[in-house]
Amino acid sequence: MTSATTAHSVVEPSATTRRFAGSLVILYAIITMIPLVWIMLTAFKSPDDAISYPPKVMFKPSLEGFCNLFTTRSRQTPEFIRSLGPPQGMCDEIARSRNMVVAGPSNYVPRFINSLIIAFGSTVLAVALGTLSAYGFSRFRVPLKDDLLFFILSTRMMPPIAVAIPIYLMYRTVGLSDTRLGMILLYTSVNVSLAVWLLKGFIDEIPREYEEAAMIDGYTRFQAFVKVVLPQATTGIAATAIFCLIFAWNEYAFAVLLTSGNAQTAPPFIPIIIGEGGQDWPAVAAGTTLFLVPIVVFTVLLRKHLLRGITFGAVRK
Amino acid sequence: MAQIKVEALDKSFGGFHAVKSASFTVEDGQFLCLLGPSGCGKTTTLRMIAGLELPTAGTIRLDDEDVTMNRASARDIAFVFQLFALYPHMNVRRNIGFPLKCEGIGAAETDRRVVEAARILRISHLLDRSVSGLAGGDRQRVALGRAIVRKPKCFLMDEPLGALDTEMREAMIHELRALHDRLGATTVYVTHDQLEAMAMADRIAVMNNGVVEQVASPRDIYDRPASLFVADFIGSPPMNFLPFRGGLQTGAEAIRLGERDVAIPAAREAMAESELVLGVRPEHVRFTDRGMVRGEVYGTEYLGTTQIVTVTTSYGALKARSPSSKSFRTGETVGLDFRPDTLSIFDKASGRAIRTALHEGAAHG
Repeated sequence: MTSATTAHSVVEPSATTRRFAGSLVILYAIITMIPLVWIMLTAFKSPDDAISYPPKVMFKPSLEGFCNLFTTRSRQTPEFIRSLGPPQGMCDEIARSRNMVVAGPSNYVPRFINSLIIAFGSTVLAVALGTLSAYGFSRFRVPLKDDLLFFILSTRMMPPIAVAIPIYLMYRTVGLSDTRLGMILLYTSVNVSLAVWLLKGFIDEIPREYEEAAMIDGYTRFQAFVKVVLPQATTGIAATAIFCLIFAWNEYAFAVLLTSGNAQTAPPFIPIIIGEGGQDWPAVAAGTTLFLVPIVVFTVLLRKHLLRGITFGAVRK
Repeated sequence: MAQIKVEALDKSFGGFHAVKSASFTVEDGQFLCLLGPSGCGKTTTLRMIAGLELPTAGTIRLDDEDVTMNRASARDIAFVFQLFALYPHMNVRRNIGFPLKCEGIGAAETDRRVVEAARILRISHLLDRSVSGLAGGDRQRVALGRAIVRKPKCFLMDEPLGALDTEMREAMIHELRALHDRLGATTVYVTHDQLEAMAMADRIAVMNNGVVEQVASPRDIYDRPASLFVADFIGSPPMNFLPFRGGLQTGAEAIRLGERDVAIPAAREAMAESELVLGVRPEHVRFTDRGMVRGEVYGTEYLGTTQIVTVTTSYGALKARSPSSKSFRTGETVGLDFRPDTLSIFDKASGRAIRTALHEGAAHG
């Protein structure tokens, strides 16, 4: 079809304007990156460097934060530590230098796995359900369509915390509290409204002639949906998946209230990593840094779709 | 190939009555155009024949088999869309072969038939190209290829040339008609463009407000319009209408228009005194000083070999087609009369054409 032309840029901006705009963008990017960089730096500081004032930008890097993140330690007398054999790896060595021994693994890995299962599980469910219902809303004469769509959207009109207590009571009654399944269902129900609205826009953009042609050529509607509509909706599906995943991955309020020992995700766990004499900031920073990795990887993998998808179908293929 | 028989077809969308009791038959091998202004129900009718919409009432028969409620894929028809509906993620070869893949036909047979279809449409050199790089005309050829590769019972086309520019359209009109003559496939073709319909169709069904007004050959549609709407919609400029009050007796050969008698084709039905309309094609208006209608030249439109002269008369503005060699001055008083054997008379209230000798020898729709 025709190449995308932008209606608003009648005059090309001059080189000076472009350079000025570019520097503004870079400046803004730097400002927004500072907290992120600070967290990553803190992850490699020793506990003393982490809380020193004025804050240190230059410091001797240490992996103590990561060691403390993955292990639990117990304090022992120097005599007892001397009576032990040679240290078992780097973390043991760091612990012994502080008169402690590694007692076992921490809960970070199971919490991280919970996060992965719950976030990806609910994303897959929300996007699958959202695609199907968006297709239905887009293509069929659904009675009370507009009211239903508004009703679906209205679930996002209040903060999730407003319904946390009722959901807690419901979950306790049906045995879903502190289970992964319960959290997957909860995040799915929050995300599915977003998914329906985003995907309906994308599917509306796909001319229905495509699937009508396929149906005349011998496909059933479902086959036409799978083989003709889905390949053309990948951009929208990818963009929607990223939005759903980011919500489910970062969600804190429900996770704090509804999970504890069994299904707790990483967000409520990371801030309460306690070291000796209070918060263990390098360990918290290390946990946060690692927590960023999956979402960054996922977004980078899908960024081609995201860039096109973020315009919400405004650009025609 | 097949005969398509549409009987008393009705379609309502909520409160909107899109198609009202439409009936027509497309004979085996015939090219029928559904012609009408936008929103007249022609596309809805076509989609019901295809099985993309289900009718509210009525029946559709393909070769005497009732397919009214069959799903689209079970009807063995091919549909060509205005926006081509080529799959952007497939190249030309796979697009044309797609219907055969749906039917589960083997790769060798598919390839043979795709190559044959491409040869008929002269797009063999494009087979391995991506569809997104093709020009409009070539895209439409690929869409046609996808239709003919199946060898279906009939072709349904929904304004397939609507998205092309004028030049490409002219060329495709001739190609489509040549393709039809070669394949002899029953075709239903929806368009709002009377030139397309006139140039291609064996028969035309003119629709307005969901009603089929007339089904006839292009010549009959033009020369013997069955209703005021058809007379007004077909022809450029359209038929002139001269309203008058009067009655008709069977066999009457003249009507009283103002002070004078106007000869008409002999009436074949009687009409009580009522509001009637005399219809005259612009090319049947003659300039003569003894003319029965007098008026002032308002302006002329030069069209090459002919010109359209607009004359203001007591019946309103009349348009006459005259050779370009004749010259007219604006404001000049002229006399007009009409070729008697070509005139149509309509009942103003119902819009229906009154039967006269004009209709003899023609299948009346």
